[in-house]
Amino acid sequence: MSNEILVFCEFEGGAPRKTALELLQRAVALGAGPVSALVIGNADSSALGANGAHKVYQVSAPALASYSTGAYTKAFAAALAASGAGTLIASASSIARDALPRLAARLGAGLGVECTELRNAGGRIVGRRPVYAGKALVDVNIQSPVAIFTLRPNSYPVGPAPGGSASVVLVDAGITEADVDVKVVGTLAPDSTAVDLTEAERIVSGGRSLKSKEQFDAVVRPLAAALGATAGASRAAVDAGYAGHGEQVGQTGKVVNPSLYIALGISGAIQHLAGMRTSRVIVAVNKDPEAPIFQFATYGIVGDLFEVAPMLQAELARG
Amino acid sequence: MKIGVCLKQVPATDTRIRINADATAILTDDVKFEINPYDEYALEEALRLKQAGKATEVITFTVGGADAEARIRDGLARGADRAVRIDDPALAGSDGLGLARVLAAALKAEGVGLVFAGRQSVDGDSSTVPAMIAELMGASQVSWVDKFEVEGDAFTAQRAAGGGMREVVTGKLPVVASCDKGLNTPRYATLPGILKAKSKKIGVMSVAELGVDAGSVGAGAALVTFTNMGPPPERPAGRILSGDTASAVSELVRLLRDEAKVI
Repeated sequence: MSNEILVFCEFEGGAPRKTALELLQRAVALGAGPVSALVIGNADSSALGANGAHKVYQVSAPALASYSTGAYTKAFAAALAASGAGTLIASASSIARDALPRLAARLGAGLGVECTELRNAGGRIVGRRPVYAGKALVDVNIQSPVAIFTLRPNSYPVGPAPGGSASVVLVDAGITEADVDVKVVGTLAPDSTAVDLTEAERIVSGGRSLKSKEQFDAVVRPLAAALGATAGASRAAVDAGYAGHGEQVGQTGKVVNPSLYIALGISGAIQHLAGMRTSRVIVAVNKDPEAPIFQFATYGIVGDLFEVAPMLQAELARG
Repeated sequence: MKIGVCLKQVPATDTRIRINADATAILTDDVKFEINPYDEYALEEALRLKQAGKATEVITFTVGGADAEARIRDGLARGADRAVRIDDPALAGSDGLGLARVLAAALKAEGVGLVFAGRQSVDGDSSTVPAMIAELMGASQVSWVDKFEVEGDAFTAQRAAGGGMREVVTGKLPVVASCDKGLNTPRYATLPGILKAKSKKIGVMSVAELGVDAGSVGAGAALVTFTNMGPPPERPAGRILSGDTASAVSELVRLLRDEAKVI
């Protein structure tokens, strides 16, 4: 195994996702070895060279047109073999969560998931990640010849592309329709066009104090829309039916990492804090000055969310 | 068809964490344990399929010491038929792959056609063991499902994909499905269920009895180790914006723009 770092780059609408650029730039900054990119499927990979990849390993086959565990796991294994890379890093995406544990078991490779930090410890890459929903952080050390890490979105800022170009290496993984074990037969569009919570830069969340789905829709969602933010909710609000399961932030929901998290009428139970405490700026609006959320908030307003939220929306509109 | 359910005990979600002297794990004395919340969806889905006549037996599988039996009994009280508990000193210090090896061996030995697991356990939060089990069993897998149907030897499931999209997928059994919130509403144990559970069997298996090489599990075989465990960084003290609501709100917008630069 070489000290090469292979970075799995995901695409959306023909362009690399922001997480792909975040990973490439972080991999280069590690200075632990040459950085190459892995692209599965057909995509224009020129932006990857500009962001630090010296080579792009591309695995294409008609059977890779949509995601399947079987075909993708085979693609990852073939790219690792072709590159000889000792490290594979990927964003903690739904693809990575599904395929990489399977790949790790197949290769006997150590897998460190959900890292929020990757560092170079004397040529060896070490991850750091939250456990117990962020109540503790721990270093992840991998002993095997091939190490696999996933990095949570928004862990590192994305800077301007430094420039450069990559040569493309086509990898023939011999993937056929027979490798598509679990097949995608339909896609359901999300309820809103907002960015997925786990990748969102800004989030406006509502709690039990919203009192009904109607008020949640009338107060939380418009403020989120005005900020270009994604709406989230506490467990209490989800269990009461004010918001969808996919919108729950917290220990038994999504763990989020935005620049701005606005909590409306959320008291700040330990399980909720676990899901959002790494947010860069936290704004809390709550009637109860003793609410635990205020101990974590960057800025707090003690007041009625039904008064504060519309006022905030109007103030933002004023520009 | 037999259905296997992976069941793990985890510290209750409101536990305040204390870290051991080696900074490698948490202290578990006086921690209250409960069934991993996501495993409750897994168990419920299995019980519903059995009630619908699509399974003959629901068996839970747990890696853990005798202290896990209270949670295993809870699973039996909710309706599982019997349980397998894998317990061996050789397992101490196992990483996810080590645990997956013994669970896959036990599930295979029972000949289960369908495995449900929680999408992640809320202690390590890794979400890796179900897919590893699938690979080691030679089964297919589907991750983070919130809808699951089985018909004959085929299944249809819905799962979250990237960017808020959801996908409908189909495949063949055997499959390992990891279960997300929204799949169902887990039942609680009833009093008759609790009484019935007392006579249900918990079979205890060692690594050797499962035919797993003791050298492939435990601390010696772990490819991943945790060190330097510590509390998350303290957040700097925040600021309560005082005054009437209107002035607090305009001050907030100014701070978000000029100080924090997040809007």
